Parts: sequence; structure tokens; C-alpha cells
Amino acid sequence: MLRLNAIKAIYPDLKECAVVTIMGATAAELYACGHRPNFFYLEHAMGLASSMGLGIALSRPDLQVVVLDGDGSTLMNLGGLTTMARYRPSNLIHVVFDNEVLLSVGVSFKTATAEGADLAGIAAAAGIPRTATCTDIDSFRDAFRDALAARELATLVAKVEPVLPPSFFIGCHMLENRFEFQRALEREP
Amino acid sequence: MPVSTTNSKIIYDALKACGVRVVSALPETWLVHLVGLADDDPEMTLVRLAKEEEGIGISAGAHLAGVKSALLMQNHGFLASVNGIVSLAQLYRIPLLMLISYRGTFGEEHPWQTEGGLVTEAVLSALRIPYERLDDPAEVLPKIRKAQTLAGASLRPVALLLGRDLMME
Repeated sequence: MLRLNAIKAIYPDLKECAVVTIMGATAAELYACGHRPNFFYLEHAMGLASSMGLGIALSRPDLQVVVLDGDGSTLMNLGGLTTMARYRPSNLIHVVFDNEVLLSVGVSFKTATAEGADLAGIAAAAGIPRTATCTDIDSFRDAFRDALAARELATLVAKVEPVLPPSFFIGCHMLENRFEFQRALEREP
Repeated sequence: MPVSTTNSKIIYDALKACGVRVVSALPETWLVHLVGLADDDPEMTLVRLAKEEEGIGISAGAHLAGVKSALLMQNHGFLASVNGIVSLAQLYRIPLLMLISYRGTFGEEHPWQTEGGLVTEAVLSALRIPYERLDDPAEVLPKIRKAQTLAGASLRPVALLLGRDLMME
């Protein structure tokens, strides 16, 4: 599965969500699908996108929050899975695009998921109530929509190809994105 | 020497008076009463962390979602959070109110706390984080309020170092 196609598959559902992505390819591909004020691209601080999503979800139970994470970032904050599970906000879906490498530095640096580490299994064992590993677009889209409909904290791992986007272009400055995102959340009823 | 329940309550009440509604914490001995007060308060969302750096993300999310937050951690937890402070809070201009128990200062009996005590203020200064010590209970509310005001105006992290004389009785 291509990460871009996986993002496209859930893009219509993201329009009404507060979305936090990790840096690099995931941010660039979501941006390329069409930027919205409710999308925040965390361009640094690897590992903390999921914690940010938890902070938003706990602060605004009326918002549906979606985090688009990666295997490298998730592995940097495995303890965060236990914290998410502990507070279990029903309005948070944690998607992990697992390409088994640290793609930004090339395909040569494999992460532990290339050697058998199972992030959905780790999330389930941490106490995340709904987890899945998806290897094709249809099952990923279905798992995402089911989690949305169920209103239940989920970690959904999408196994994707280690393919770089054609461009890492993001057409708004980090701070512009940050203030726009904050205002977008203020506007939500 | 026990941890001061009286002064823990004074600190907690000050956080409430300043509108703080999300507290993320990784407890240590000096902070147990404070964390307990947050836990018992239905108006407060307490997030017990696995590692302090998570709290930087949680406070960033809370801020962008319009909720005032504070972090409770030991100085060693602050040291463990430096990249989150730099690469999230400072990069994205997030106001953080960090209450840091200041271990390893005069009177410290535990050898394992002493190295962190030596470097805490130097690291705060290197990060250009405005900070003050809190030792006098009468100063707790005004200093927390002023620290929060500066964080909000500058959109940057600020820190209050909770001293031994305040936290222990």
C-alpha cells in the first residue's frame, strides 16, 4: 500500500477532524491532498505527535482528533501508548504509517518493525481498546471508518511502502500553520 | 522530613486560581500531594505520564485547543524533556508553565539527586527559559500568576523551581 493512497482513502473523513501529523513524507502528502486549517504538521519533536493529539482530545472532547504517526516516531514514544490507553479518549484515532524504515534518511535504516516488532500488538498490550494492522487500502479505510463510528480510541497500523513523496513542499510556514490550526479549533462549536 | 501538605495545597490552589485545567505529571516524592490534589479534583484533568517529555506534547495540544495547562515534574524530568521543549514548545511558540521540583540543592541527602541539581539552572539559562525559585508560600500565587502571564505574552516556556523549604516541612 502506498502511504499517499492510504491518506487519500481517509481524506474525506479528515475534513471535520483536528489532524496532527508527523514531519516529512506524511505531512507533505497530506498537504498535497489539500491543506485545511484543521491540519497541523508537527515538523520536528519526533514522537510527540501522539501526545499532542492526546492533549487536544482530552481538552476538547467535542472534537474528533486524528494523529497520523509513523513507525519511527511511535517507537520513540512507546510509553505514550500506555498514557493514551490509560485515559482512553473516545475521540482520538492514532494512525501509524509503518514503512519499516526511517524514510527521511533513506531506506537503509530499518526500524524494529522490519525485524518483527508489532506496533498494533504493542498498542493492544498497552491497553488501546481497538487496534488493527492493515495491509491494503480497503481494509485500512474500513478500519478507520469503523473506529470513527465506534467512537473508541484506536491505534491503526497501515503497512506502507517506503516511498518518498515527489516533494516535501508545505506552502505555509510552521508558525502560520500553528496559529491557523489554533484558530480553526476555536471556531469549531 | 515529610512533604508539606499545606504548601502543596497552596500551590494547587494557585494553579486553579490561574485557570489551569490540565495538569500532566510524573510524580516524585515532593510532588505526591500536588498530584493527589489534581487527581481528586473533578474540575482538573490529570494526565499521569510515562515519561516527562510526553507532557510537552500534551500541553501543546491543550494550548492549541484553548485550555490552560501546567506540567509537574522533577528537575531530572525537565532534563529528560529538553528536545520536546526546544523542538515543539520553542519552535512552535507554545506557552508552557513548568513547575519543577528542585532536587539536589543544599540539604539534599540523596547522592543520586545531586548531579541534576548542579546543572538545572544552567540548562534553563542555556534554553533561555525565564525562571524563578519558589521558597516562600506567600509568593506562590503571585509568582505563578506572573510566570503564566509572561508565558502567555511571550508564547514561550517558563519555569518555577519548587524549593526544599517550600516543599518539605
